[in-house]
Amino acid sequence: MMAMKLELAKNSSVLTVRIRQKLIEMAVPLLFLVLCGIGAYFAQLSPVFLINEIIMRMARNPLLVLALIIPVVAGMGMNFAITLGAMAGQIGLIIITHYEINGITGLLVAALIATPFAVLFGYLTGKLLNRAKGKEMITSMIFGFFANYVWQLFFLAFVGSIIPMRNEKLILSTGVGLRNTIDLAGIRQSLDNLLKIQVVQGLSIPVSTLLVVALFCVLITFFMKTKLGQDIRAVGQNMEIARISGIDVDRVRIYAIIISTVLAAWGQLIWLQNIGTLNTYGSHVQVGLFAVAALLIGGASVTKATIWQVLLGTFLFHTLFIISPVAGRNLVGDAQIGEFFRVFVAYGVIAVTLLLHA
Amino acid sequence: MKERLTAAMDKIGLPRLIIGLFLIVFCVGAAILKLPMSMLLSDMLVRFGMNAVLVLAMIPAIRAGTGLNFGLPLGVICGLIGAVVAIEYKFSGLTSFLVALGVSIPLAVLTGYLYGLLLNRIKGQEMVVGTYVGFSIVSGMCIFWLLAPFHNPEMVWAYGGTGLRNTITLESSFDKILNNFLAFNIGQVQIPTGLLLFFAFLCLLLWFFSRSKSGMAMHVAGSNPRFAQSCGINVNKMRILGTVLSTVLAAVGILVYNQSYGFLSLYNGPLMMAFPAAAAILIGGASLRRATIGHVIIGTFLFQSVLVVASPLFNVIVEGSFSEIFRGIISNGVILYALTTGREE
Repeated sequence: MMAMKLELAKNSSVLTVRIRQKLIEMAVPLLFLVLCGIGAYFAQLSPVFLINEIIMRMARNPLLVLALIIPVVAGMGMNFAITLGAMAGQIGLIIITHYEINGITGLLVAALIATPFAVLFGYLTGKLLNRAKGKEMITSMIFGFFANYVWQLFFLAFVGSIIPMRNEKLILSTGVGLRNTIDLAGIRQSLDNLLKIQVVQGLSIPVSTLLVVALFCVLITFFMKTKLGQDIRAVGQNMEIARISGIDVDRVRIYAIIISTVLAAWGQLIWLQNIGTLNTYGSHVQVGLFAVAALLIGGASVTKATIWQVLLGTFLFHTLFIISPVAGRNLVGDAQIGEFFRVFVAYGVIAVTLLLHA
Repeated sequence: MKERLTAAMDKIGLPRLIIGLFLIVFCVGAAILKLPMSMLLSDMLVRFGMNAVLVLAMIPAIRAGTGLNFGLPLGVICGLIGAVVAIEYKFSGLTSFLVALGVSIPLAVLTGYLYGLLLNRIKGQEMVVGTYVGFSIVSGMCIFWLLAPFHNPEMVWAYGGTGLRNTITLESSFDKILNNFLAFNIGQVQIPTGLLLFFAFLCLLLWFFSRSKSGMAMHVAGSNPRFAQSCGINVNKMRILGTVLSTVLAAVGILVYNQSYGFLSLYNGPLMMAFPAAAAILIGGASLRRATIGHVIIGTFLFQSVLVVASPLFNVIVEGSFSEIFRGIISNGVILYALTTGREE
C-alpha cells in the first residue's frame, strides 16, 4: 500500500515536471502568440490580406529556417553562417540572369549552379567551426560578416574588371561592379505559379511552393533516421562518446554544416523567386538573423530544434513582421516605431533564449 | 634558420605582421602617389586617439576572463545618453564634456553591473550572448531615441519628424574639446595633445588598477578561475568588476570619439562599434585571454593608420567604397583568426 502510494506520488511528480518542462518550452511561442494577437487587434488589417501574406511567407521562408536544424542537432548551435548559403543561391541567380535562362528551368539551373558553391562554402564553414569548438555560434556569426565583405569585394570590384561580364541589366554603367538591385523578372514566382489556387480575390495559395517545403520537412525527418543522421545526433549529444564509438566527429560536423548551407542556398532561391528582385548587397545580410529569430520564437533552443518549431516559429515571427509596422503606426502615429520594434524583437529573442539555454 | 623564423613569427603574431606589412606597403604607395604625408600623419594621430579608449575598454573584460567584450554598445549607449543630456541642458565647452562624463559614468557602472550579473549566468558563451544583448539593447534604444522627451531644437527633427535626429552636431557643446587642448604643430603635422594626454591618463589609471589588490585578483580570476577560487577570490565578483570597468571605459571612449568626430550618431550608430575595437586589440597582439596596454597602443595605431592611408590610396586607384570593404575584411578576419587559433585554451 505504502509502496503504491509512493509510486503514485513519484509518477505525479514526474508528470508535473514534464508539464512544467513543456510549459517552459512553450513559454516563448505563447508569449509571441499573445504579442501577435495584440498587434493584430491594433493593426486592423483585413483578414484576407493578412491570411494571404501569412500563407505567402509560410511558403517562401521555412526552408531558410529548416536549414538551421541539423547544426543544432549536431551540437553546433545556431549556424549564423547560413548567410553563405544564401550567397551561393544568389550566385546561381546572378548567373542565370546573365545568361537569361527564364522560368522554372531558370530556377532549377540556378539551384544546380548554387549547389556546388554551397557545398564549398559549407565545407569551409565546417572546417572553421571545427577549429572553434565551444565557440561555434560567435565564429559562424563573424564568418557571416566576413563573407559579406568578401562578397562586396568580389561583386563590387572584381566583376567587370577581373572577371569579364558584360550585361547592361547586371553591371553598373561604369562597367565594374554589379547593380544594387537586379530584376529577377525571368524567374519571378516561377515556382509559386506552377500550381497556384486562387481562393478569393486577393487570396491565393502557392501550392507548389508549399509542397516543396513539405517535401523538405519530410526529407529532413527521414534523413535523421539514416546512419549519417544518427551519427550527427550522437555527435550532438556527446562528442567524446561519439569519438570513442568510432565516429569521425570532425567529418560529421562538416557534413552537418554542408547540408545546412545547401538548404540555405535553396531556401534563398525560393525566397527570392517570390520577392522577384535581388538586392545584390543586402538580400543575404539579415538571412541568418531572421532565420535564427524565427526558429527560437518557435520554442527551439540552441541545443534542441524540431520541424514543428520551424513551422510555428516562421508563422509567429512573420505574422509579427506583417503586423508590427501597421500596429506601430496606428498606436503612435509612426510606422518607424514598428520597424524598430520588430528588429528589437529579432535581436531580443535571440539574446533571451541564449541567456536561458547557453 | 626556419625555426628561428617561425619563432619570430609566433612572437610578432600573424595579424600584427600582416597589418604591419600592409601599412608599410600603403605608405610606400602613398609616397609614390605623392599624397600629403603631413595630413596623413595628423589623421593617424587623431584617429589613434579617438579610437584608443574604446579599444582600452577591451582590457578589463579580457583580463576578467569574459573574452572580447562584444557588449561594448551597452557602454557606448550610456555615453551617448550622457552627451544628449549635456546638450539638452545647453551646457557648452568643457562643462558639457564633464557633465556628459558625469551622467554617463554612473549609468555605465549600473549597466555594467547588470550586464556582469548576466554574463555570470552563461559562462563560456559570453561573446555570442554579449553580441546579441548589445544588438537588442541598441535596437531597443532606437525606440527610446524616437520617443524620449528631449526638446533642444539642435537635437530634435526640425519639422515633420518625431524624436532625436540621426546625427547630432556637437558644435555648441564639446566638439574637439580634447583635440584642441594644448594642440600644437610640428611642421605641418598637428598634435592633438589633449586627446593623447587624456588617453595616457586613462592608461595610467588602468595600470595602477592592475597593480592594485583587486586588479591582481581580477587577473587571477580571469586566467585561472579554479585556482582563484581556491585562493579565496570571488570569481563572479571579479568578472562583474571587469565588466563594469569595460562598460565605463566604453562610455568614456565614445565621448572621446564623438568630441573628435564632432557628431553624435544615435539609433544604429553603436550597433557595430564592438568589432573594430576588438579587432584593434587583437591586431596589437592580444588573445582572447591575454591583453595589455601595449597591445592596445600598437593595435590601435596599426589598425587606424592602415585605414587612414588606405582610404585616399584606394580613392586614387579604384572607385567606390573600397576602404569600407577593406576595413570589414580586416576586422572580421582578425577576430576569426583569434577565435579559431585558441592555443591557450
